[in-house]
Amino acid sequence: MSRMEFTRRGFGTALMAGVAVTALPRGAMALDLASARSLIDSAIADVNAVINSGKAEAAMFTEFERIFAKYADVAAIARSALGPAARQASAAQMKAFTAAYQGYISRKYGRRFREFIGGRIEVVDAKPLKSYFEVMSVAHLRGEAPFDLRWHVSNKSGRDLFFNIIIEGVNMLASEREEIGAMLKQQKGDIGALTTALKSA
Amino acid sequence: MAMKFPSIIDGARPNRGLLAVAGAMALALSACAAPPPPAQIHDPLEGLNRGTHALNRGLDRYLLRPASRGYGTILPQPVRTGVSNVAGNLDLPGDMVNGVLQADPAGTVQNFFRFVVNTTVGIGGLFDPATAIGIPHDQTDFGETLHVWGFGEGPYLEMPGFGPSTVRDGVGIVTDLVMNPMSITLPSPESDWATAFKLGSKLGDRDRYSDTIDSILYDSADSYAQARLLYLQNRRFELGQTGAGSAADDDGFIDPYEE
Repeated sequence: MSRMEFTRRGFGTALMAGVAVTALPRGAMALDLASARSLIDSAIADVNAVINSGKAEAAMFTEFERIFAKYADVAAIARSALGPAARQASAAQMKAFTAAYQGYISRKYGRRFREFIGGRIEVVDAKPLKSYFEVMSVAHLRGEAPFDLRWHVSNKSGRDLFFNIIIEGVNMLASEREEIGAMLKQQKGDIGALTTALKSA
Repeated sequence: MAMKFPSIIDGARPNRGLLAVAGAMALALSACAAPPPPAQIHDPLEGLNRGTHALNRGLDRYLLRPASRGYGTILPQPVRTGVSNVAGNLDLPGDMVNGVLQADPAGTVQNFFRFVVNTTVGIGGLFDPATAIGIPHDQTDFGETLHVWGFGEGPYLEMPGFGPSTVRDGVGIVTDLVMNPMSITLPSPESDWATAFKLGSKLGDRDRYSDTIDSILYDSADSYAQARLLYLQNRRFELGQTGAGSAADDDGFIDPYEE
């Protein structure tokens, strides 16, 4: 995607966000927009601090898991990744699955963050969409054209947490649902066995 | 078609027939926007596609991945960057043709100036001063041209040697290969060099994004389904069918709180 095109899109969304803020009742909405944005700002600041800390990779994974647990709605993401099977699972099964899933996803995406070393992520805009907020950021990595990174933030859990990340159109929740669905199939629908498999994945 | 457009632009005597054709085309273009992609993945050829996927995975495991490792180890980074720059520069004439066919003057002009700057100042495309002065590559392809002309993506298609695609974009890949202005105009030894640079650039890409590609192909529980999903989502994003700026702003949105 060209830089020009991105600017054009950014301009459109900036306009739309402006319209939304003026058209909707003032107060709560504008405040939530600001807090959604500041959530991602501080998540990114924490990630940047780890990336540039120079720690060993295993130590970084632990840090990423801590950041993930702090800023993401892990329970909602885990439930969504499991899909319809989550409805049949017992509370104890869901608890064990969610804990295993949190470690799994931190290791999986933590490995990806290696590519971010020396780069930076910058929040450019935020807007309300339906019942949640979309925070738009641009990732500038070394030797790469800047790319589009979006965060979906909701306060339905009681506080502001992100529940999805979209990288150049690629939706983390959709991809997780496909992958966890395939793993569950491998375990013949057994959530307990899936939980055990996640711990070593 | 590509040959006719310049004659409209710089011809001393406007050709009425051609102008009429161009006008009709512009009308047709505005009339037929590509249908929005289906909400569900449309993959009636899944059986065949999975076979091709197994073949592609084998090609990658035993040929492409080892070759790209060797390429990345033997050649130093500046040489790899130079090869990738030359290959990217050779893509520009084809991208300009597609830009014209898409009636996208901004993208076409941008690629034209990029080609001029990088071919001259950048010594045959070896260096990329254009990006530094704010003229990035506006990448496009014939699949996008078909999209602009109103063709939907059609069934998902994994192509041997090329990987994830759709029927529309597969037609685009083959058309771009056959109709590439560089391979048509370059004489014999030069066109072989052009092919060598493109292959080198592909090896460089495989090496550079090795972690990501390996995780999809070899660490996923179902690498076929993962590759399919990632391709379709990213392709629709590239074509402006998802995300801000498209008609459906929140498509692809999953609400984990309403299940």
